[in-house]
Amino acid sequence: MPLACARLPAGPAGGEGRAGGRSFGADRRSGDATVNLPAPLDLLPHLLPGLGLTVALTVGGIVLATAAAVTAGLARLSPRLAVRAAATAYVETFRGTSALVQLFWFYFALPFVGVDLPAFWAGVLVLGLNTGAYGAEVVRGAMRSVPGGQVEAARALGFSRRQIRWRVVFPQAAVAMLPPAGNLAVELLKATALVSMITLAELTFRAQVLRSSTLRTVEIFAVVLVLYYGLARLLGIGFGALERRLGAGRLEEAA
Amino acid sequence: MIFDLRFAAEILPELLGALVVTVEAALLGTLLALVLGLAWAVVRRSRRYWMARPVRWIVDFIRSTPLLIQLYFLYFGLPAFGVSASPLLTGILGLGLHYSTYCSEVYRAGIEGVPRGQWEAARALGFRRLDTWRRVVLPQAIPPIVPALGNYLISMFKDSPLLAAITVTELLQTAKIIGAERFRYLEPLTLVGLLFLAVSLVASRGVRWLELRLVVRHA
Repeated sequence: MPLACARLPAGPAGGEGRAGGRSFGADRRSGDATVNLPAPLDLLPHLLPGLGLTVALTVGGIVLATAAAVTAGLARLSPRLAVRAAATAYVETFRGTSALVQLFWFYFALPFVGVDLPAFWAGVLVLGLNTGAYGAEVVRGAMRSVPGGQVEAARALGFSRRQIRWRVVFPQAAVAMLPPAGNLAVELLKATALVSMITLAELTFRAQVLRSSTLRTVEIFAVVLVLYYGLARLLGIGFGALERRLGAGRLEEAA
Repeated sequence: MIFDLRFAAEILPELLGALVVTVEAALLGTLLALVLGLAWAVVRRSRRYWMARPVRWIVDFIRSTPLLIQLYFLYFGLPAFGVSASPLLTGILGLGLHYSTYCSEVYRAGIEGVPRGQWEAARALGFRRLDTWRRVVLPQAIPPIVPALGNYLISMFKDSPLLAAITVTELLQTAKIIGAERFRYLEPLTLVGLLFLAVSLVASRGVRWLELRLVVRHA
């Protein structure tokens, strides 16, 4: 055990000198409070506030990622070269660099250019833009998978370009987007753990703080892993329900 | 000027040195992921459900939970079980384990792509189960999935900065140290981003080339 104590992580507990010190001390104090719960469950009261932040990051990230994915995905299909090039640059940049590097860049490097984001919003921004870049490819692929006859028929019926895109192609493509989108949502949830490394006291951060004050390493991380797994299952169930709803009446077509 | 080019040029050699550690970790992690992933995929198809079912559950669990916590779990937890490994080795273990679950899905797709008749023919010819896997199924299952495996290799490379959290001085950690010493994060972190971008763009070109070659051979 003394060995584990000496090996402090460079990440959250190492302190980047920003918000880290303050929340670290606060959690120490709450860690001493005695709660009458059996062995692994007594950790929960200390972890649950972090779980709330993790959920908030996930929801914020998914909203932004959806907007970014639809915008960039459609832009990559634009007839205008400049729009296509901008979307491609966004997608390639965010897919080509690591999410953690992006997070550090937005949190530690951007202040040097005069943009100072709080850790939570840096997290939402990076999670959203990063997942959005992967999502853009999903949107693009799904839009292109809608048979050309649909567009021709809509044109023959006198639909405008905008109507064709939003009333005919997108609703059909959305059904194909959902399964990969569900996977991306779980990836986003997993990536929220990275935000602990820019000192935001979400679930992983709280686990680290709790670990250094109680040294119940295995228990703590086992509980946290189960919590993340539970959230991932919830996302899976949610997307499954959405798929059934949007896919209603289309199942025979898909088969 | 906001971005100091002279400073950037000065720290580039150090960052390139750290990139070697990053690439090394990703390659060794890939090796582990490829081997473990195949093992998961084969066991999951086993008729012994008492083996297949727990493996399926474990794979699902590892895939649905954050790599960062798995790394912490290994780094801080292994010593509690009396196993001690260097941070780098722990990191490679974590990367390999995490990505083995993705690889197992890819292998599974490849294995399911092999027609049933191949299994039946192998049995009719008196192949033992091990030989059926080694000489009939896997040689047909693996070539079509090489590009997909390659993409996961690139993903793993992009996840390797997480090793900074368990004190491995890879690329990101080195940039952080430089930033803390010189009070400038813009140049080191931007360079790290560019290096990642460069390596992964080259690597994904490689995967696309591989894909074209394999598609041509199997068409």
